[in-house]
Amino acid sequence: MTEQAQATPGAAKEIGARRARKEDARLITGQTRWTDSIQVPGLLQMAVLRSPMAHARITRIDVSPALDRPGVLAAFSGRDFADEQGSLPCAWPVTEDMAQPPNPPLAVDEVRYAGDAVAVVVARDRYSAADALEAIEIDYEPLPPVLDLEEALADGAPLVHSDLGTNKCYDFHMPAGDYQAARDRAQAEGGIVMKRRYLQQRLQPSAMEPRAVVVEPIAAAGEFTLYSATQIPHILRLLLAMTTGVPEHKIRVVAPDVGGGFGSKLNLYAEESIALLVARRLGRPVKWTESRSENYQATIHGRGQIQDIEVAATREGRLLGLKVSLVADMGAYLQLITPGVPLLGAFMYPGIYKMDAYDFSCTGVFTTKTPTDAYRGAGRPEATYAIERAMDDLAQELGIDPIELRRQNWIRHEEFPFDTIAGLTYDSGNYEAATDEALRLFGYEELRREQAERRDRGDPVQLGIGISIYTEMCGIAPSRVLGSLSFGGGGWEYASVRMLPTGKVEVVTGASPHGQGHDTTFSQIVADALGVPFDDVELIHGDTKSSHKGLDTYGSRSLAVGGIAITQACGRVIEKARKVAAHLLEAADTDIEFSGGTFRVRGAPESAKTIQEVVLATHLAHDMPEGVEPSLDADATFDPENFSFPHGSHLVAAEVDTQTGFTKIRSYVAVDDCGRVINPLVVEGQVVGGIAQGLAQALYEEATYDADGNLTSGTLADYLVPAAPDVPEITMARTETPATTNPLGVKGIGEAGTIGSTPAVVNAIVDALRHLGVDDVDMPCTPERVWRAIQESSAASA
Amino acid sequence: MPRISVKVDGVTYDDDVEPRLLLVHYLRDWLGKVGTPIGCDTTNCGACTVLMDGSSVKSCSVLAVQADGSEVTTIEGLAADGQMHPMQKSFHEEHALQCGYCTPGMILAATDLLRDNPNPSDDEIRDGLEGNLCRCTGYQNIVRAVRRAAAEMTESAAATDPKEARV
Repeated sequence: MTEQAQATPGAAKEIGARRARKEDARLITGQTRWTDSIQVPGLLQMAVLRSPMAHARITRIDVSPALDRPGVLAAFSGRDFADEQGSLPCAWPVTEDMAQPPNPPLAVDEVRYAGDAVAVVVARDRYSAADALEAIEIDYEPLPPVLDLEEALADGAPLVHSDLGTNKCYDFHMPAGDYQAARDRAQAEGGIVMKRRYLQQRLQPSAMEPRAVVVEPIAAAGEFTLYSATQIPHILRLLLAMTTGVPEHKIRVVAPDVGGGFGSKLNLYAEESIALLVARRLGRPVKWTESRSENYQATIHGRGQIQDIEVAATREGRLLGLKVSLVADMGAYLQLITPGVPLLGAFMYPGIYKMDAYDFSCTGVFTTKTPTDAYRGAGRPEATYAIERAMDDLAQELGIDPIELRRQNWIRHEEFPFDTIAGLTYDSGNYEAATDEALRLFGYEELRREQAERRDRGDPVQLGIGISIYTEMCGIAPSRVLGSLSFGGGGWEYASVRMLPTGKVEVVTGASPHGQGHDTTFSQIVADALGVPFDDVELIHGDTKSSHKGLDTYGSRSLAVGGIAITQACGRVIEKARKVAAHLLEAADTDIEFSGGTFRVRGAPESAKTIQEVVLATHLAHDMPEGVEPSLDADATFDPENFSFPHGSHLVAAEVDTQTGFTKIRSYVAVDDCGRVINPLVVEGQVVGGIAQGLAQALYEEATYDADGNLTSGTLADYLVPAAPDVPEITMARTETPATTNPLGVKGIGEAGTIGSTPAVVNAIVDALRHLGVDDVDMPCTPERVWRAIQESSAASA
Repeated sequence: MPRISVKVDGVTYDDDVEPRLLLVHYLRDWLGKVGTPIGCDTTNCGACTVLMDGSSVKSCSVLAVQADGSEVTTIEGLAADGQMHPMQKSFHEEHALQCGYCTPGMILAATDLLRDNPNPSDDEIRDGLEGNLCRCTGYQNIVRAVRRAAAEMTESAAATDPKEARV
């Protein structure tokens, strides 16, 4: 630990403890409540017919033959709901003239990606519903698919949305400083202007639980309860109200146990909307559960960008300017934040570095593919990949050690708070400390020696060292900043603390967990803040009826925003209780001290009341101070003043077999800094799990389409989610540089591992092969791609 | 429709089922054993793993009729006499789960792994669990949990078996 966490009032007994999670009991015994497990009386099953074509006009559709199949109660096409289904919302119009075509839940006249929903069947059981889909008659007139991002922008390209007259969704430009001057200076002074193109393949998020939805209507009252495998019950309720016309107060959304999200359950999806419309039409409860194949077609994909990077630097390696030109794949429609994902990256391309100028531009493009949206990191992994690949490439070009090049340019710890060229203010960080610790654990010098030896002797297995020193913006976010970026929502979080008569505590949070361990982490915070036992705290979340207000879980925001709201609400409870305690102890409020769950009169420590005694006395309300209401409950809504900026230094040693192209990760060291740590066990779990996902982008995963626009990675047999033998052991350590923008000193850690790891792995592979003339391998770096890169470079040099 | 008789978590059920009914749907939709989840449709993910006559099977690729006459243990029946199985305890203690969706299958596959190899190396654990996917943990803590459970189970077997205790 490089710095001690800030002292807080009262002894921190729970904060910092490696508590095993209270969530686990039901999860390890199967006493779970996944959405697909929910049964309600009279429940019907819905199945969805999807387009087998990437792009086509629907010339005829007849669902009536499905009605003759056994067990079928109803069947609907898009035409049956055309007047009431509305359009799925996009909450982020990134430019004033952004093209925003309609996104009907059920396609009516035209399908625009393979998997686009065209009809539904409702039956008594899931088998009957699936069988009856085959009976639906539908004729398609094929239209040309639009698959390649650059060809899509060419004149005369076939159009995804013919009404728009273009496949361009938007052009976004964010200049800072004078990039042209920085570039001119580099050239005039004998420096370097380095151009690179990096590719971000599409990814399939692959939460282990596919999506599911159950809608239970009370038709006579016009009320609906919607259970969904979602990250965003509160936002979903609002979006459903806006799109279906059902008033917000007549919709209850419940996120029961949710089996992972990674951004892919951060949307109003077509099936949620359709299930509600069908339940309303039939007056019966309806369930839809996604198969994995559907999940890969109809749940959002991540990434999908072409990154053109230009770096201007002096001969000595000082960064002068950075120019980033992106082409970003929107897919066929705009989902909730599809166009904004590249913008979340826009602020992070400068990474941890100082420079004089920065120029960011992005063109969003429609294709006839599954829509893209937020996937773990959302924009920041792409940005970090580009800058950290570029730093290694620049070090090679200049003949400088890549660590030294980074040292020369990074923000030094004494320079915080630091205003970056992209317009952010990084509150705190210590890249030196994290990197020094990583180098020590890694054995950097020794590995460099081994690398040289292997090169000298022409070892068929070459060693590469990959470096990634990242920071990222998370804890999304200050509402005013989101507003300034035209995002259609705020960034605050809500909490309420309820003191029960026996001294137990119920805590309502607007965050909505799906694997992160909120119940445990938040209980630790509350236990210290109120001085109550960890086990006496119960969390309530994920149900708009009991947790009525919140902005849910994404962008590593739950602790850095939601945790602070809880801290503030606890503070208000204590202030209320202080008045009651003072009255009971016959002292002035100002003479009452609170520590470790006990109120004491200053200077008379034997005169004391525990918080539980004060709670009970308040509940009885027999003897309250004048004018004080008999309740200690309190709530708080916290809107942060800034994002949080965790950082870390990841080092990878990769052995690359030049004869087979196979990469073996020999060691992986990650030193991360997320400020003050509430629960190290949970933090380490987030880091290592995040690294596995980022490493999977580097080595294994890619959403692929054939020339007709069919998804050819549409099952788990085709899309390589790594299994246990595919992921190396990660050596983890931490430095702690507290955030200065929130009272707990915490920073988000949910996405950091994913953000840091991808460039570290690819840099290691390229580093192993540079002496063979290889300076890039496209992701995923499969054995075939690595082998081909070696062959092509040796052919080129021959 | 064929009649089957299956003992699930200690209770015998007799039902007439469609020949095509999958065991996992029989467990979930017919018996209400919803502790066993479904994660894919191609037998890749292993979330639906149960023990059939002691061996781990992916219940999405077993027909209910194939389970006729057999004994099935799901995650709901793994704890015995109110005591959690050492594998359940070690998954908790080592933080070997986050969202928990893969966990039932992972725990049951791991218990079968230890039945074949009571003292596996880390590599053997990783290879042995290759058919079970986890998207949250990066597997590191799962390996630790299986190692811990193996140690605990070997110890308790030694404690109850004087012959082994001498070895």
